[in-house]
Amino acid sequence: MTDRVTLALIAVFGVPLLLIAYITASEWLLGLLRIRRHDAIRPWLWLGPALALLALFLVYPALNTAYISLLNAGSQHFVGLANYRFVFTDATMLLALRNNAIWLVLFTALVVVFGLATAVLTDRVRYGSLAQALILLPMAVSFVAAGVIWRFMYDFRPAGAAQTGAVNAVLTALLPGFTPQAWLINQPGNTVALILAAVWSWTGFAMVVLYAGLKSIPHEVLEAARVDGAGEWRILARVIVPLLRSTILVVATVMIVTALKAFDIVYVMTNGNYGTEVIANRMYKEMFSVQDFGRASSIAVILLLAIIPVMLFNLGRFRSQGSN
Amino acid sequence: MPRNRRLLTYIRMLMVLATGVALAACGQKAGGGAAPAPSGGRLGGTVSVLASWGGNEQDSFLAMVKPFEDQTGVKVQYEGTRDLNAVLTSRVQGGNPPDLAGLPGPGQMSVFARGGKMVDLGAVLDSSAMRQQYSDTWLQLAQVDGKQVGIFIKAAVKGLIWYNPQQFAKVSGGSPPKSFDDLMSLSNKIAASGTAPWCLGLESAATSGWPGTDWLSDIVLRQSGPDVYDQWYQGKIKWSSPEIKKAWQTWGQIAADPKMVYGGKQSTLSTNFGTAGDPMFASPPKCYLYDQGNFISDFFVKDNPGLKPVDGFNFFLFPDIESKYPGSTQVAGDLFGMFRDTPQSRALIKYLTTPEAQAIWVKRGGALSPNKQLPPSAYPDQIAGQEAQLLTSAKTARFSAGDLMPQAMTDAFYKAVLDYVQNPGSLDTILANLDKVQADAYRR
Repeated sequence: MTDRVTLALIAVFGVPLLLIAYITASEWLLGLLRIRRHDAIRPWLWLGPALALLALFLVYPALNTAYISLLNAGSQHFVGLANYRFVFTDATMLLALRNNAIWLVLFTALVVVFGLATAVLTDRVRYGSLAQALILLPMAVSFVAAGVIWRFMYDFRPAGAAQTGAVNAVLTALLPGFTPQAWLINQPGNTVALILAAVWSWTGFAMVVLYAGLKSIPHEVLEAARVDGAGEWRILARVIVPLLRSTILVVATVMIVTALKAFDIVYVMTNGNYGTEVIANRMYKEMFSVQDFGRASSIAVILLLAIIPVMLFNLGRFRSQGSN
Repeated sequence: MPRNRRLLTYIRMLMVLATGVALAACGQKAGGGAAPAPSGGRLGGTVSVLASWGGNEQDSFLAMVKPFEDQTGVKVQYEGTRDLNAVLTSRVQGGNPPDLAGLPGPGQMSVFARGGKMVDLGAVLDSSAMRQQYSDTWLQLAQVDGKQVGIFIKAAVKGLIWYNPQQFAKVSGGSPPKSFDDLMSLSNKIAASGTAPWCLGLESAATSGWPGTDWLSDIVLRQSGPDVYDQWYQGKIKWSSPEIKKAWQTWGQIAADPKMVYGGKQSTLSTNFGTAGDPMFASPPKCYLYDQGNFISDFFVKDNPGLKPVDGFNFFLFPDIESKYPGSTQVAGDLFGMFRDTPQSRALIKYLTTPEAQAIWVKRGGALSPNKQLPPSAYPDQIAGQEAQLLTSAKTARFSAGDLMPQAMTDAFYKAVLDYVQNPGSLDTILANLDKVQADAYRR
């Protein structure tokens, strides 16, 4: 117990103190060296600790992973691109890649659509903030917990037995001839079931971001459109969405990255069985079950390469927005 | 001017303070961990244990170690996960292993041992006492390159076909089937009357599919004999070979036929192995037979309060398939290993190997002990006694094949079971895939 308290104290007080010490020392050093271009050197000295940490915890592991991906399973000898060839030829890996593509399209589309819908709708109702709080609540739950919740929701019992899964129970009660379905087992619907659970988790995030964007649209524009006689749907399609384009793109890019690295939902709900395998789950299995470090690293590198264009796109948008 | 100087002095003092605190932290972190704090002769301290038991099984394990905690003052920190292999591997590789851990099987144990991650128990346990208490088979299964790296603290018998005696008597006319053919014709008879004869549940979180691997082990052992069985788990005979394929097809007569299993394949794939036997005790019963290990009795009792052994539930051993391979039994066990050598972990593993400790779980039900010195009075009921008989007196006993294979092979095996139940027509593709994994998995 005492070393945890000490650790907390160190983190809260010691780290800022160390930083102040470092800055003071570097300023003193600059003072000593009578170089004219202090202003050119100073930024690098101040950034030093941050750059060092980045290099140690981000750059080095990335490079090391890329190196390991060229070695064999036990990292003993060089095998070139054999691991990458495996990723693109193995049946399970291809299935995972296909599923991630489905996640990419469906998950992103559903989150953006639901986020936009809830943002626009909650804006117009008196109980809007309550609704928003409820929609945002799933974000507060860890994604593993969300997976467990939805496993119970999708639970299956044979026809005639008492239904323990909420989805089957509601549908059996409402629809007369409905036989309970094993949502997580039937292919290909089970991937959609998993995606819906993930959408439940993330819609709140999209709604909040889009709502902020919505609020920044000037009132006059919407008033003018209404005065001109445009109906609400038209306003949504022709005025709101175009004005929200950059916000929607931000949300979409974050959701694309989330779809690419989806793991918890799949691991908890189906463990990748019944055709629901995704890349991150395979990486976990290769690393910890099969213990093939080469393959696991190559999957990690491919995931990184897939995400880089999305990140660059985002950065480009921030840049262009910043310069505005 | 004076204010700036004072500020500078303060900052210099803070620098010294910060450096001092940082150094103190480093020093303390290095000495941290399960540091023993002996007080008055009792050992004290903590020991961490990682295993795959949850629910009732977890309660039993904690009850088993309670006398140890009371006696030595060592606190046992138990963590359970069904994804034992992945959690254990990641912790071992992360340099943060548990002190003691249950191991998925001898296959994975040798991977850890050869990587130097496990403590040689020859230095911890009294080898002559071990040889007196454990038969050679149990000791050898837990050895790697001649070193004792693991020890079995619990044993199990698999391939027990459980039934509800009152309900079963109504459909079977009394005595259990003597051969597999008899069992199949009985099953067909029950199916023809409208109720499914078998219960089956394969779900088990990250290791879903393992009950099917036990079925297949029993079938291969009885259908093709112990030699083929040994070649099979050692990876010396292909999955697509006629003997193994025949075993899958034999199992498919039950598992892949919707009339034979309650709820069909949907239910098979979504029902947890622990609750899959419950429909036997419903009124009217939804199924009559459930193939599971001896430990399932614990789950029966938990889910159906008031259910008593012998009257409420009983078992018969999976019958012979080929008469030239009679009296086969599939056994399994919980293998424990030490990953960190501390006085507390030594004390605990020594305690866990004693017959007194193992008797505690045996008395609670759902466990058997591999220890020869276990008092017969420890068996709580006739069923446990019969199970223990099977364990010690089987003509042909073999350890569960899935646990003996390398982990990658076992994982593929589990998945193949699930794929086969979902799509029985794709058996050839499934076996070809298993062959591919086999070529890879046994190389290391």
